[in-house]
Order: sequence, then C-alpha cells, then structure tokens
Amino acid sequence: MLKTKEVEFNYDNQMFFKFQNIDLNSNENLLIIGESGVGKTTLMHLLAGLLKSNSGSIKLFDKELNQMSSYQLDSFRKNNIGIVFQRPHFVNSLTVKENLQLAQYIANKNDNNRIESILKNLNIFEKSNKKTNQLSQGEKQRVSIALAIVNSPKLILADEPTSSLDDNNCSKVIKLLKKQATDFGAQLIVITHDSRLKKHFKKSIEL
Amino acid sequence: MNIFKLSIKNIFNKPLSSSISLALLVLGVGIISLLLQLNTLIKDQMDNNLRGIDMVVGAKGSPLQLILSSVYHIDSPTGNISLAEAETISNNRMVGSSIKILYGDNYKGFRIVGAEKKFIELYKGVIKEGKDWDNPYEVLVGSKVYEKLKINLGDELISSHGLRETGQSHDEGTFKVVGLLKPSNSVIDQLIITSPQSVWDIHETHDHDEHENENEHENEHEHEHEHDNREITAMLIKFKSPMNIIQFPRQINENTNLQAAVPSYEISRLFKLFGFGIETLSYLAYLIIIVSGFSLFINLFNSMRERKYEMALIRTLGASRFQLSTMIIFESLVLTISGFILGLLFSRFGVMFVSSLMEESINYNLNSLKILNEEYWLLGLSVLIGVVSSLIPAIQVYKMNISKILADA
Repeated sequence: MLKTKEVEFNYDNQMFFKFQNIDLNSNENLLIIGESGVGKTTLMHLLAGLLKSNSGSIKLFDKELNQMSSYQLDSFRKNNIGIVFQRPHFVNSLTVKENLQLAQYIANKNDNNRIESILKNLNIFEKSNKKTNQLSQGEKQRVSIALAIVNSPKLILADEPTSSLDDNNCSKVIKLLKKQATDFGAQLIVITHDSRLKKHFKKSIEL
Repeated sequence: MNIFKLSIKNIFNKPLSSSISLALLVLGVGIISLLLQLNTLIKDQMDNNLRGIDMVVGAKGSPLQLILSSVYHIDSPTGNISLAEAETISNNRMVGSSIKILYGDNYKGFRIVGAEKKFIELYKGVIKEGKDWDNPYEVLVGSKVYEKLKINLGDELISSHGLRETGQSHDEGTFKVVGLLKPSNSVIDQLIITSPQSVWDIHETHDHDEHENENEHENEHEHEHEHDNREITAMLIKFKSPMNIIQFPRQINENTNLQAAVPSYEISRLFKLFGFGIETLSYLAYLIIIVSGFSLFINLFNSMRERKYEMALIRTLGASRFQLSTMIIFESLVLTISGFILGLLFSRFGVMFVSSLMEESINYNLNSLKILNEEYWLLGLSVLIGVVSSLIPAIQVYKMNISKILADA
C-alpha cells in the first residue's frame, strides 16, 4: 500500500534528508519515530503530497506521488488522506460542524449524518455549534481528528499527536486514533519523537 | 458549506475591519451616486419646464433672475413691464407665440400667477376636476398646492400680497377655486393660476401706492396713465424659427428698456457654476473610493497573515490553490458589491431628503429612484476595486508554501 524507495529531499541546498525505505501492507498501522531534526515533518509532508521529493519514489495506493501535478496531489489528498497536525488548525470563522462541512465540500461530499456520527463517536457532539476557539485543548484535538477522518480517508497521517500530553492522555489519544482508524476503515501512520507510543504499534521504523 | 459561504463567514468574523472598508466605500459610492442623481433630476426638471420657451422678456435686471422667476417660479421677479411694450414685441413677425404672465400674490406661500390660458397648454396641464376659469377671481390650482394645503373645489382662497407668505392680505383678494389640475411634473403643479384680469383688478389700488416710492418710474407711469397703465411681469416667447434666438434677444436688450433672456443659455450657465462644485465633490468621493480600496487591501493582507494556518489547513483538506484564491477575491467582492448597493441606498435616501428640503423651500419635488447609466459604471468601479485590492493577497495565497507554514507551527 505504501512503498518508498530512496527518497531524498533538500531545503534550498542547506538541509539534506535521505529517508530509509518504507514498505507497508494494507491493514497495517505504522509508527515512524525519530529525534528532532531528522526530518519527521518533512517525511510526513512528502507522504501527504504537500512536498515533492527531489529524487526517489513514493508509491501510495499504487499511485506514484512524484509524478503528480500539484492539482492532482490536492485531489489525491482529499480523496485518500486525512491529516492530524501537531497543533490543531481550524477555520476560525466557522463552528465545529461548519469546519467539517467545509472539509466535505472540498471533497465534493455532503453528509451531515456522517458528521454527526463522527462527533458522537469522539464525544464532542454537544460542541457542534461552538466556534473552534471556544474549545478546550483536548476538544480541539478531537475536532482535528474529526477533520482528518470526515472524508473517509484510506490513510490517516498524524504528526506528533501526543507530544504535549501527559502519559494518561497520551495513551488515551493514541487509542482514540487507532479506534477511529479501525472504526472508519483507515490505516494509521503516526510520526513522532514520543517513544511512549512504541508499545501501541506492532510495526515501527526509526529514522 | 461552500467557498462563497466561507467568504461571508470570514467577513462577519472580522466585523470591525470589514465595516471600516465597507463604510468608506458606501460613503464614496453614495456621494457620487447622490451627486449624479441630483444633477440628473434637477436637469430633467429644469429641461422639462423649459419646453416651448425660447426667450423670456421682462424688466431689466439679472437675466438668470428673470428666468428663475418667470420660468421656474423660484426667485423674485426683476420687476414689471408695461403691457403695451410687451404687445409690441409679441406682434413682431419673428415671434411665434407669446404668453404673458403676472405675479402679485401668494396663497400660503404658493404663487398666484395671472396668465393667459395658453400657459396651461404650454405645460400640458389637464383639468382633473372642475372647469377652466371664466371670470376674474376664479383660479385653477396645481396638484402640489391642493395636495399640500388640502384645497377642494369651490374653496375660497384669501391671498396675501407679495410672493412670500408674510405679505399683507387683501380684503378684496378672494379667489374661488373652480378647477384642480392633474399632476404634470412641471412648474404648474406648484402654482395657482388665474386670469391676468384678476391680478390687475386686485392691484389697481396697490400699484399706485407702491409706485409713489419709486421716483424714477413715476414719470413714465404718469404718461402711460392716459392710455394703458396695465403691467405684466414677464412674457414667455416661442420663436417662429430657432434662428431668431441669436438676433432677437440682442435687439430687445439694446433697443428697448426691456430685458430679454434665453432660458437654455442661462440654465447652462447656472449648471456650469455649480458644476464646478459638483466636480470637486465627486473627485473627493472618488478619492474616498480609492482609500476604501486600500483599506480593503490592507485588511485582506493582514487577515491573510493571521489566517495562514487555516489557509494551509484548507489546502491540506484538498482544496486547490485556485479555490483559495477565489475565496479571497470573493471576500473582497462581497464587500465591494454590498458597499455599492448600500451606497445606492444611501444616495436614494439622500435624494429623498434633499427633495423634501427643496419641496419645503421652493416647492420642487425630485423623486425618481431609477438607476442611472453612470451608476452602472459605479458598479463596475466597485467590482474593479474589489478585484484589484484582493489581487495581491489572492496571488500570495496561490503561491503559499503550505508545507513551510505547517512546519513552522
């Protein structure tokens, strides 16, 4: 399902990253772990099609990302990938529900039942009509998970989802992510420096 | 949810900065549109009342005053002229038709004009109720007058001397309303019209008193007493051929002690005079529109920076660069187009306000809410401002490096 080969990336000839090959089968989750500065975020952006590698190949769901145009990547992303960011971002002028509706609109979907069931599943249904800046930190993180899965992606990419959480919340969040991925039939790739997550994943690679 | 809705939500999310840009635009568009409306309405009114009058003959004085008083009925007359002299002119072979008018009295501020019946035909006046006058002291009443003063057929109006409300009242000046005129959208709407004889009758005694004070004129009048001492205020003339308009007025002004004025010329002179003011004011308004464009640009530019993470988020959700740029341009256009619409509303209220002011002071009414051609240009300008001020932010969003923004977070 995901196969990378000798992926290299450099920022303005200053920073150079060479990533080890990844080979992930369907129905597998993956933990990518690494210290700060080894290019974790870069790798995640490469996998999400937000960046294009300088050389090598990234094959995701049998599509070669390096050969797609920026427009094709946008379209591929909205149909296949959900992203959970380290710090949750939202459209501030919209409510929780409207943020999810916007995500659906971008993917040419419109399904309020799904929004409802996701919010209920994440236990934040009662916050549907709140503006996102009225939410607590934990609620924000759940809404950002909701945003990542609202369009039924085949792959969820999570960037440092637990780095600022205590042990208790850390395991809660990772369990939640895994549950959501299973519930909605998606694979999960978590990229982090947080070694506490190792025990939650069967498969992991170290950068 | 769609991009358009999102734009509107974004605007309402920043009510303060949005409304500043909006207010500036409304002000700019409103002023220009108000000026355009007033200019057109006044010009239309003026032209409407100018139909069929090539020249006005009256006493010496300011030609503009002569026109304003005897064509538009908004200024005091320059004085009176003798009927005999007027007759000489109306018998000239160049004159196609002439209408003599006389002032003297008013009823509660509305002028009572003594005029030949042709006067009503000139303005295409039609009697709505009652009949034409047959005898002296019978009057026809214009639509604005009876509407405002609630005058009915058969009412008796006691006039007062002079053209303003505060004149002394005549005991003998009692007019009987025999007819009401339909609205004609011309000056006769605000006049009370009677036969010339009525006015002469009332002022027979008065004129003597008044002229005793005017030493200069007294001698003249002594002479005229013997044959015909009747006077009129002005005479409206239509030429046989439009060519006469060049030569004839000059002849009168040079060879007689009457004054001839050409309304179309005087009015264009008047418009040139206050056209300068209008021009200055509209430059100012255009400047305001440009400032509103700048303020719009700064708003968008700032909000772009504040919202870069949410832009990046929208992109990671799969929106294309083009969709995001469209959103920015929409935001700007929604503001400028609503600014245009509010500006137009503003100008319409302005017109109504000015109109009510004018009606109060000079009994003129300007009510028209149609959209002028120039206002479509104004719409074009608003759209242009909207596009131009959002262009740079939109391009920035288009070129945005989402990966970098997200990595900095």
